[in-house]
Amino acid sequence: MAAVIFFYLFALLSIVGGLGTVLGRNPVHSVLWLILSFISAAGLFVLAGAEFVAMLLVIVYVGAVAVLFLFVVMMLDVDFSALRAETSRLLPVGLLIGLVILLQLGIAFGDWHAAPTAPELARAPVPDATLIQNTAAIGQILYDEYFLAFQMAGLVLLVAMIGAIVLTLRHRQDVKRQNVMLQMSRDPKKAMAVIDVKPGQGLG
Amino acid sequence: MIGIGHYLAVGMVLFVTGIFGLFLNRKNVIVMLMSIELMLLAVNVNFVAFSTFHNDLQGQVFTLFVLTVAAAEAAIGLAILVCFFRNRGTIDVEDVNVMKG
Repeated sequence: MAAVIFFYLFALLSIVGGLGTVLGRNPVHSVLWLILSFISAAGLFVLAGAEFVAMLLVIVYVGAVAVLFLFVVMMLDVDFSALRAETSRLLPVGLLIGLVILLQLGIAFGDWHAAPTAPELARAPVPDATLIQNTAAIGQILYDEYFLAFQMAGLVLLVAMIGAIVLTLRHRQDVKRQNVMLQMSRDPKKAMAVIDVKPGQGLG
Repeated sequence: MIGIGHYLAVGMVLFVTGIFGLFLNRKNVIVMLMSIELMLLAVNVNFVAFSTFHNDLQGQVFTLFVLTVAAAEAAIGLAILVCFFRNRGTIDVEDVNVMKG
């Protein structure tokens, strides 16, 4: 019974979070709604027995992606209200397209059944949770059967990291910088001179 | 009892919300990126639902890869956004017409 209540709670919260993300006036609020949606989806995953993916969702999405969004939203000095000026014109179109896709998906899922041979087709059956926990089970097939895909995922992340750095790195010319070689090669003999100043004459 | 249909319904609504957000925020590219994240989350919900109810761990493994690609996409998208903002002083994507595409 508790599982049912929590399912509906998390489902409702994730959908409300999604709607808040989309409809929010302020992008900072949108990011916070997005975090709510992700955390609720993580709750749904826990209910479904996918604990590792749930925790990964919290760490990767809430801990990294959402914070990245927050950084960018706060770093850019943009007048967000001007960007929403045409929303009322786009609202009917968006609602129509959303409704059509919702109906299509509803038709697709409404009369959908798994093939009778589906249980035999499972390539990696979930082991008994009392014997081997979810994280260990995923690790056993991720590092074995999906090792190449795992390495490729790492490569995708590396390329993304390099790409993001290359795109945003800039060498500003209009600021003063420390030149270490110049500092180290500075010589007291050239930098200082003793001048004998005569009384009453000054340096002229 | 909660069946696979319930999870698929949640995924469906989240996906449609993401598409709705894409159309609603045609100018604000940050919210568009967040809508794409919502759609990928919906995909993940479906993967996990099928994985659980068909008793196959493959779905959860695939969720990891979707998560990886989503994180990479967000990082690259925001980097392009920052770059664009530096050059143009705005994030209005309707101004993106330098290549006359």
